[in-house]
Amino acid sequence: MIEAVPVRRLLERHVVRQFMRHKGALLGFAFLVFILAFVLLGPLIWTIDPQFIDIRARNSGMSLAHPLGADQLGRDMLARLMAGGRASVAVGAAAMLLSLLIGGLVGLLAGFVRWLDGPLMRLTDLFLALPLLPLLLVVILLFRESLRAAFGPEAGIFILMVAVMGITGWMQTARVVRGEVLTVKELEFVAAARSVGAPEHRIAGRHVLPNVLSPIMVSATLGMANAIITESALSFLGLGFPSDFATWGRLLFDATDYLQQYPGRVLWPGLAISLTVLSVNYIGDGLRDSLDPRSRSMHSGSL
Amino acid sequence: MPVYTVRRVLVAVPTLLLISLILFLLLDLAPGDPTAQLPLTIPPEVKENIRRSLGLGEPIHVRYLLWLKQFFVNEPLHLMSQLTGLDLGGDRHRVISWQTRSPVVDLVVERLPQTLWVVGLSYVAGIAIGLPVGIVSARHQYGWFDQVGTFVSMIGFSVPTFFSGVLLIVVFSVELGWFPSIYDTTHRVTGWDSLLFQLRQMAMPVAVLALYNAAQISRFMRASALDNLTLDYVRTARAKGLSERKVIFVHVLRNAVGPVVTVVALGVPGIFGGAIITEQIFKVNGLGQLLITSIQASDLPTVQTLTFVFAVLIVACNLLADLLLGILDPRIRYD
Amino acid sequence: MRKFTIRLAGLAILAVGVLPVSAAAAAERGRDGHVSIIYWQAPSILNPYLSGGTKDIEAASIVVEPLARFDASGNLTPWLAATVPTLANGGVSADLKTVTWKLREGLRWSDGSPVTAADVAFTAEYCRDPAGGCSQLARFDDVTAVEALDDLTVKVTFGVPKPYPYGPFVGATSPILQKAQFGDCKGARAPECTDANFGPVGTGPFRVTGFRPNDVISLEANPHYRDPAKPAFATVTFKGGGDAAAAGRAVLATGEFDYAWNLQLSPEVLKGMAAAGKGNVVSSFGTLVERLVVNLTDPSPGRGEARSTRAHPHPFLADRAVRKALSMAIDRKLLVEIGYGQAGRPACNVVPAPEIYASKANDDCLRQDVEGAKRLLDGAGWRPGPDGVRQKDGVRLSILYQTSTNAVRQDFQALIKQWWSDIGIETELRNIDASVFFGGDPGSPDTYQKFFADIEMYANNFEGADPESYLGAWRCGNEPRPASQWQGENMPRYCSEAYDRLLKEMAVTGEISERARLAREMNDLLVQDYVLIPLVHRGRVSAHARSLGGVRLNTWDSEIWNIADWHRAR
Repeated sequence: MIEAVPVRRLLERHVVRQFMRHKGALLGFAFLVFILAFVLLGPLIWTIDPQFIDIRARNSGMSLAHPLGADQLGRDMLARLMAGGRASVAVGAAAMLLSLLIGGLVGLLAGFVRWLDGPLMRLTDLFLALPLLPLLLVVILLFRESLRAAFGPEAGIFILMVAVMGITGWMQTARVVRGEVLTVKELEFVAAARSVGAPEHRIAGRHVLPNVLSPIMVSATLGMANAIITESALSFLGLGFPSDFATWGRLLFDATDYLQQYPGRVLWPGLAISLTVLSVNYIGDGLRDSLDPRSRSMHSGSL
Repeated sequence: MPVYTVRRVLVAVPTLLLISLILFLLLDLAPGDPTAQLPLTIPPEVKENIRRSLGLGEPIHVRYLLWLKQFFVNEPLHLMSQLTGLDLGGDRHRVISWQTRSPVVDLVVERLPQTLWVVGLSYVAGIAIGLPVGIVSARHQYGWFDQVGTFVSMIGFSVPTFFSGVLLIVVFSVELGWFPSIYDTTHRVTGWDSLLFQLRQMAMPVAVLALYNAAQISRFMRASALDNLTLDYVRTARAKGLSERKVIFVHVLRNAVGPVVTVVALGVPGIFGGAIITEQIFKVNGLGQLLITSIQASDLPTVQTLTFVFAVLIVACNLLADLLLGILDPRIRYD
Repeated sequence: MRKFTIRLAGLAILAVGVLPVSAAAAAERGRDGHVSIIYWQAPSILNPYLSGGTKDIEAASIVVEPLARFDASGNLTPWLAATVPTLANGGVSADLKTVTWKLREGLRWSDGSPVTAADVAFTAEYCRDPAGGCSQLARFDDVTAVEALDDLTVKVTFGVPKPYPYGPFVGATSPILQKAQFGDCKGARAPECTDANFGPVGTGPFRVTGFRPNDVISLEANPHYRDPAKPAFATVTFKGGGDAAAAGRAVLATGEFDYAWNLQLSPEVLKGMAAAGKGNVVSSFGTLVERLVVNLTDPSPGRGEARSTRAHPHPFLADRAVRKALSMAIDRKLLVEIGYGQAGRPACNVVPAPEIYASKANDDCLRQDVEGAKRLLDGAGWRPGPDGVRQKDGVRLSILYQTSTNAVRQDFQALIKQWWSDIGIETELRNIDASVFFGGDPGSPDTYQKFFADIEMYANNFEGADPESYLGAWRCGNEPRPASQWQGENMPRYCSEAYDRLLKEMAVTGEISERARLAREMNDLLVQDYVLIPLVHRGRVSAHARSLGGVRLNTWDSEIWNIADWHRAR
């Protein structure tokens, strides 16, 4: 129990080093930080209202007044890109957190509580067999109106989207966590902790959670990427946010019609989505490589 | 093996029943009223008539059991009588679409080939590209091939299909004029020319989906091969003096492909999801497009049947993957 | 391109030699081969009596036809009937309660059997069956009997006088079905006749050879069509699904299809596609007008129960000068350019069409006149206050302007707000979800009927070509109010004796030109009183391949009403 801590420290330091060596992951991380700064801090510097219509500037290209040009109504693309990014990243992050929460909980329960293991894993299998996008469409169709009435059009759709993506995206996490819990439970230091009478929830919090953190982080990055893509797909199918509410998916979808006339307008939201998802994926990739004990031994051989 | 197969199939049945119940209950909460789509000029009492003629208003469990019976008894009987020419179905009620007033299963049967063609071919293409790319990437981890492969597959993950699809149309249909932008579902393959046309009209939707599939499969193949490359048996094989090619393509591939099969099967729902959007863009008018139009028209029986058909397809794919794993890895059968 | 020119030249030389032959060929049915149509909403059924959707009704219009329909300018034209019955020709009885239709002679169904008055009578029976759930029942309102007098004559009897008796059997929504085919499909059995609903036997230029619901319809020329020289095409593919942009692209940019329906695209996108030179964009206008409605009553919350009722006139919109200034400040041409392009034109009337109904007295609204509006307000005593907002006797010109949530409408709101601020009127914008705004729920404060705002904006039109019931909306007493559960169509709460008198006159006038004069006068009253401020006359935009001839876009009836006349342009 006492010696478990330094080993973990060592491990962490090693993981960080390994992660730094993964160039893609490092670049991805840097880009993600940049994107977050762009959407969160950007509006403080670039203060144009994304909904403001400057009719004379419509369809204008890059200029000082509109660095990324303006759309068909003369709304500033840079401001819209920031606003849209906030929405997309918020959806992605919230959906990811929710699915982690559910998946982690189900995985932990299934791993620790023996009699729950069977039913919970069957439930996971059941969810894995559900056709997700069709279901998502159906649920949005069914509950959109009532949620819109209760929370307003934007918040209603946000809640609905995050809830549904969370509810349908937790299965991988649950499986991974359960597997990891079952492995860790058998490890010596956990057995030792149990033998000195540490309560089960303490074991879960102190020993198991840190160990399953790495696979969770990997599925978190993938989940976030997925959520951003799904949000844009829903916008495409007309079941996403209201039409005047900017998200990256909506911007890209609106610009698709103008692909030939104003290719630049497709470029920015397209790049934003692709690069964000790309960087998140690279981070996940780097995490997987650096957290995997086997690849660890293969590269350093020091542990 | 037969016992194992039967057991797996038997497990699938309650799963499907449960899914059907979930879908039914979910849809039953639908505030969507099929008559809501009618023009405002139609008076309310006429709407009421239309609703009654559509069979709304029965209690829920009655409707569920009725639907089960229609789906699992009447429809198979009808299909049999169509195949054999005998009148087994008789005058039994079938699941009727509210929008088209025709049996839903007929619609599904009509649409299934397009979807399976496009989804199936893109899967085959995805596997054909993904497996070798994954293995070579693993063999030369962090080499230039791995870096390029990783980058391309990441693009496959991260570019929304609705965008890559339209981009392909603009480039290959509008600018170059190589492929048709609208899929002709009435086209019949009768000879080489028509086969060529069929391939041309499938090229773009398949390419869009295959990029996504190949991206996914190559990533998993790479990870799985990496796991295996460090194992003792590979060292042993190498130590025995086997050629690198033989080590990789005989030993590693056989062992690494197992987990990939599972992952590929788990990816099937995602593929059908992607197919919905691809069908919409290229007007393939398969199951996905049917689902979208039915959702827009609040055509509940069709939506219900279709989501269930998707579930059946997914469960079937998982089952197939399980059985394939059983063949690849004999140990699994005894678990 | 060069090859094409050479081939053309070759054709020209050939044509000299074979002229007589090609003239004979020109009269032959099916001579032009194949035509393909794309509707981005896919038809799901071909029986218009079981569907309310435009896509289904228009697809069916290729196959089944009514007794009379509206042509491209909205005039009633006999179709299966020999003439349109009127008071003048004796087809409509003097008491306006019966109308007698006479079929053309020698009409045949596409299966070769003769069309008789019994089929017409059966169609009414089919739709009026209470168990059938007929979507077009409203067309048979007040009908008490439909009888076949002989093989070619059918009499429709109404329970009340109908000065405009062209509901049943007129237009694409009310075609004639074959009794032999649908005889067993009445009432509750209507939805079960899948084969009939997917492939009705008709009298139209084409008949169905294959129907895939929500996907594609294959048709071939009807061998029994009444004009032996038509249709020019032998087969038709009617593809459905996708989105407007893809449909436009398929006709205008890639040339895969010959005709694309209802291209609701931004003006620029359409222009870009049309630049490829493969097709033409065509537009046509019905009666849909986007308008501002002025609240003549006081909507302030302080009025409590009497809010937005005629108990309290509006503090400043009751002044005609203010209403007129609001209208003068608007640049309708710019609104059209931004919102609708070819699918819209500036509107000065609430009854913009058909031609004989459209007034020409209000065309000066086309010019934006900011200075004139300012002078008008000055003259009426509304002077700019310290904050630039005009006021008089402590009343500020501050407007709450509401509409439904919709990208184009929000753009319009933003622009109009800017113009009004130029003339010293302050505006607060509000947009409400369309399902609530138009939902008509008496419990919601945000419906367009309650009108708890000063100005609201939406579009409205009338069905068919007769505006009587549409104009009836603005009669005194038809305003939404608590006593009527907030139902009613008189949104501005307009009340004018002159207007009501004209309306009463119209209800007993059967003569078309006389009805048109009355409609124009009522329109002028509404518009010149500035209780309705028309903005944009919205139309329908479609596209056809350069090589497709004979297209005449029609918004009064099915868009492809004259497909029998379509041909390959040479």
